[in-house]
Amino acid sequence: MDRFTTHTGVGIPLRRSNVDTDQIIPAVYLKRVTRTGFEDGLFAAWRNDPTFVLNNEGYAGASVLVAGPDFGTGSSREHAVWALQNYGFKVVISPRFADIFRGNSGKAGLLAAQVDEKVVQRLWDLLDEHPGTTVTVDLESRTIRAGEGVDAVEDSFDIDDYTRWRLLEGLDDIGITLGHADAITSFEATRPAWKPATIHAH
Amino acid sequence: MGRTLAEKVWDEHVVRSTPGEPDLLYIDLHLIHEVTSPQAFDGLRLAGRTVRRPDLTLATEDHNVPTLDWDKPIADPVSKTQVDTLRRNAAEFGVRLHPLGDVEQGIVHVVGPQLGLTQPGMTIVCGDSHTSTHGAFGAIAFGIGTSEVEHVLATQTLPQAKPRTMAVTVEGSLPDGVTAKDLVLTLIAHTGTGGGQGYIVEYRGQAIEELSMEGRMTVCNMSIEWGAKAGLIAPDQTTFDYIEGRPEAPKGADWDAAVAHWKTLVTDADATFEKEIVLDASTMTPFVTWGTNPGQGVPLGGSVPFPEQYDDPSDRVAAEKACEYMALEAGTPMREIKVDTVFIGSCTNGRIEDLRAAAEIIRGRQVDKDTRLLVVPGSVRVRLQAQDEGLDVIFKEAGGEWRGAGCSMCLGMNPDTLQPGERSASTSNRNFEGRQGKGGRTHLVSVPVAAATAIRGTLSSPADLEPVGSN
Repeated sequence: MDRFTTHTGVGIPLRRSNVDTDQIIPAVYLKRVTRTGFEDGLFAAWRNDPTFVLNNEGYAGASVLVAGPDFGTGSSREHAVWALQNYGFKVVISPRFADIFRGNSGKAGLLAAQVDEKVVQRLWDLLDEHPGTTVTVDLESRTIRAGEGVDAVEDSFDIDDYTRWRLLEGLDDIGITLGHADAITSFEATRPAWKPATIHAH
Repeated sequence: MGRTLAEKVWDEHVVRSTPGEPDLLYIDLHLIHEVTSPQAFDGLRLAGRTVRRPDLTLATEDHNVPTLDWDKPIADPVSKTQVDTLRRNAAEFGVRLHPLGDVEQGIVHVVGPQLGLTQPGMTIVCGDSHTSTHGAFGAIAFGIGTSEVEHVLATQTLPQAKPRTMAVTVEGSLPDGVTAKDLVLTLIAHTGTGGGQGYIVEYRGQAIEELSMEGRMTVCNMSIEWGAKAGLIAPDQTTFDYIEGRPEAPKGADWDAAVAHWKTLVTDADATFEKEIVLDASTMTPFVTWGTNPGQGVPLGGSVPFPEQYDDPSDRVAAEKACEYMALEAGTPMREIKVDTVFIGSCTNGRIEDLRAAAEIIRGRQVDKDTRLLVVPGSVRVRLQAQDEGLDVIFKEAGGEWRGAGCSMCLGMNPDTLQPGERSASTSNRNFEGRQGKGGRTHLVSVPVAAATAIRGTLSSPADLEPVGSN
């Protein structure tokens, strides 16, 4: 995974709450066996609507998605994270993320920045007013900055310490865990014999 | 101080705990299916890693498979590639697989319990959010993403921050005709889709204790729909009776040792939860959704709400958008809503008890002429059991379709989908926009409501039906 320290990119306002992972990418697009190419399914149903914000040229090349509360609810599909990344998003900002989506983001290297609902509202207003405005997301200092003058938005965001550290260092989780292989082996020796198995030695 | 059930199960699985880091949890059972696993196996191959415990891993084909012609090659080439990839990966890494056509094939969350692999006190994960189903047995069970699937394959563990604990206490008894599904839909309407976020929830109280294992699975299944990390129920005699004698259940002295341990898996009297919700089952009624998330529900006797009823502006906007998508006018009585398709199945309500309940209502009646009824057993075993009991004949004679096992119309990624604008009453778990097919409109309902709706063609409960033979 690449290191994530800071990112500056065009912000795009998604004025919706409860954006579930079936909206981010409908199930019919989940049939690939690779991690790439999922951008075609991103918000597939909404993209048919010419007025949908992703179809607005003013936000071309956007890489920071600013969404309403309860983003990423529903299905555990990591394809939702891949679809956002494949499309070009590096950061999603929301007042509340569903647990599984937030976990998947951290694993795949998409930054899920949680902010106060008022901050999202101000970002929405700013981005509506001035399409093409860039948003800077600094993971080191956990801050978001966008705009200038009276409209400027500058605030902190929440992310758990461990995920922040892993993203900053670009660490591979499995590698870290395999460093504790001895602890896993010792634990396995203590498991009761009656615990079920799927394969039996005959 | 005492511990909650969830804390006990968690503590028993901590491999390593260090301040400032998530706990490293051992995983007792890893369930796999074709959609969320291919990239994980690829990752293993790229890194030269193996599956650490194939003997704690089980794969089945469920999400994209057809429920007709399952003995023929899968017609959709992309679905076929995904299924073939699972078969290749299972063979290469030594994972037990129940493929299409196998007698143990079915929805992963139906297969685990029916094999007896799902047992109290376990940690169970799967690349599927409805893994919470297995919590009905007193297990900590939750959905994971594909990166985590790869992690579990490689290490049989997962780093996990310990969630907070919540109790949902459901006092009193459910009235006749009111089911576990109504209970959980009522709960989600109460909490909203984010109410459980960050919590492992223990469902308890008289109404929960009185549920069958199937009913408990329905409740735990939908934990994710109000955002909970997992939901679980303390194991009791109902649980032990369900497990005993199943193929992978402990036998002889192992059974006695297991049950002795399982009996300790209860929340201590002096344990505290960080949050508690109390509901009264005796006031519950058949409950259905009107909107596009599972929290947008009302009693069947109610009406589509007016967006102005909501104080929160974002709830108001969500209600407006939902009404527009669902093509519903505020104030419409739910019972007047006409339905094109009734889907009975899924990991929420596709078990034998569900099919029996549906058949009981449909027996001797005819499906409405403008309504399609699709009955999809959750597994091949459920299908065979239902056929032994003659339930398939009841559905077919009524004009319904009797299908093979799989996720089917729950999620719109196999041939069973709604057409744009088509409206369903569905016993599944999600009414998101397009969930059952692009442009499809879903009302989540219980099995009895689904069955009665199939007969009348409008959202109905069995109480609305004319007695059999009255016309």
